[in-house]
Amino acid sequence: MSEQLVYAMEVFLNGLMAGVLYALVALGFVLIYKASGIFNYAQGVMALFAAATLVGIMKGQVPFSHLINAVFDTDIHHFGWHLPALAGILLAAAFMVLLAWMVQKFVFRHLVGQEPIILFMATIGLAYFLEGFSDLMWGSEIKKLDVGLPQGMNTWIDEATFKIFDYGFFIDNLDIVATIIAAILVFALVLFSQYTKEGRAMRAVADDHQAALSVGINLNFVWVMVWSLAGFVALVAGIMWGTKSGVQFSLSLIALKALPVLMLGGFTSIPGAIVGGLIIGVGEKLFEFAIGPMVGGATENWFAYVLALIFLVFRPQGLFGEKIIERV
Amino acid sequence: MNDMSSEGYVTEDGRKIGGTLMEMKNITLRFGGVKAITDISFDIREGEIRAIIGPNGAGKSSMLNVISGFYVPQEGEVWYKGARRPQMRPYEVAQQGIARTFQNIALFEGMTVLDNVMTGRLNHMKTGLLSQAIWKGKAEAEEVANREKVEKVIDFLEIQAIRKTPVGRLPYGLKKRVELARALAAEPSILLLDEPMAGMNVEEKEDMSRFILDVNDEFGTTICLIEHDMGVVMDLSDRVVVMDYGKKIGDGTPDEVRSNQAVIDAYLGVSHD
Repeated sequence: MSEQLVYAMEVFLNGLMAGVLYALVALGFVLIYKASGIFNYAQGVMALFAAATLVGIMKGQVPFSHLINAVFDTDIHHFGWHLPALAGILLAAAFMVLLAWMVQKFVFRHLVGQEPIILFMATIGLAYFLEGFSDLMWGSEIKKLDVGLPQGMNTWIDEATFKIFDYGFFIDNLDIVATIIAAILVFALVLFSQYTKEGRAMRAVADDHQAALSVGINLNFVWVMVWSLAGFVALVAGIMWGTKSGVQFSLSLIALKALPVLMLGGFTSIPGAIVGGLIIGVGEKLFEFAIGPMVGGATENWFAYVLALIFLVFRPQGLFGEKIIERV
Repeated sequence: MNDMSSEGYVTEDGRKIGGTLMEMKNITLRFGGVKAITDISFDIREGEIRAIIGPNGAGKSSMLNVISGFYVPQEGEVWYKGARRPQMRPYEVAQQGIARTFQNIALFEGMTVLDNVMTGRLNHMKTGLLSQAIWKGKAEAEEVANREKVEKVIDFLEIQAIRKTPVGRLPYGLKKRVELARALAAEPSILLLDEPMAGMNVEEKEDMSRFILDVNDEFGTTICLIEHDMGVVMDLSDRVVVMDYGKKIGDGTPDEVRSNQAVIDAYLGVSHD
């Protein structure tokens, strides 16, 4: 087997792993879009916020300590405890539920029945608010997040591939864990939305508010539930990305990569988010590998968007999106 | 059943009508300065088909929206099952066993007919999220029981052939029937129908009339419906409320209403001079 082909296979595998992380962020978008027709621009910032909260809780950081110190001339930083990862994740998840409730109570409850563009603008506002709030609450420095996920090269794959191809593949353990967790998450979410009472209510609300009310569905409850779920997905994505590259502002920019993922997969499809993420991940890595050197590299910055653009022309509803049926 | 009302009666075709199930007392509804409903009172008895008729803009739909909680009247009381109903949101009213359809059809267009009708059972699904996850058997048994009820309704309304069709693809008349099926699946105490025959051709109207009568006969469901087509209503209903310009101008059996001068005037547009 030619050397080039073996390298390409490694790139392909790494692309799959990167794609899983894109898919995780895209999943949060799909959840909220499905249930409320809102494109949640703040999803990326929610991931950042969730990860920062997790770090803060685990380190026993005092929230708003800078503000408190400035106003009361005190010098407090930490409560002085260190929480184990699991407890920290549970508390951070609970905090995301609280956030979901507040977002619904103070923002979207007052915007029921407004145009989608208004709701979209509200999420942009929410994104900037959360970004500032996160800095104020936990500080803006780059934080290291370690919840005990394995990291570094997977030696087993390295050895196994070395035996076959005479060349060891570099696959990060963290990426493997992320893939497994994403698979479980997607499986659980699909089961939830297809087979539970709450999932059915969620799909109903997504389809028609008035009809949902008339069969006895509490809209507010469903929306809080969906924002909580999206918050939880954001937490998972935040943990993965945060562990990989530190909890920092650029985390929220990953959300923009989720856009082409959604255009590919379709805004309304949970499996679509996954497949879209994988295609983008593999596509941009392979493209960089094959074409990158010819055009001076850095194709990863734009490849996804160009691919999404091409898709928009030929299949605007995405690979798995609901076909837009309109009777004339 | 609280027996504060007079006992029921038996209709000509032998159906037993019970006591008062719902009572509207002096309802007034305003939108800004416009009065949509002015001081209207009437009752709905258990097991009857009660119609609200009137020309376009008479306030019929507003009345239905008051009953189903979509509008909150400024004055007046709604009594249900012998107790005064506090102010409620529409979903709470639905949970109390009042199901409805809409004039402009509100269905879940992206879902299949079967899924649409299943949403009507949401209030009958007891097991919560956790127990569904932990104790799969119980949730499954419940799902099967709900499915049986739904299939019965689907059979009854003769929509088996389109069970798996997404609702968005159906023609208007069938959509109306699916909406009725969803409301029926909830096994409501009162079924509210907002112009069930609007926009239908003669054949579809006949079908719908038959279904309404059969539903009432078979399940004993109390039905309150709105129509502006007088002919249809007179054949269907046990008692009729007539509204015009937000006021009640007649109330009684179809025969009584037909011979009421105010009603004749409202429909024929007699000038008062």
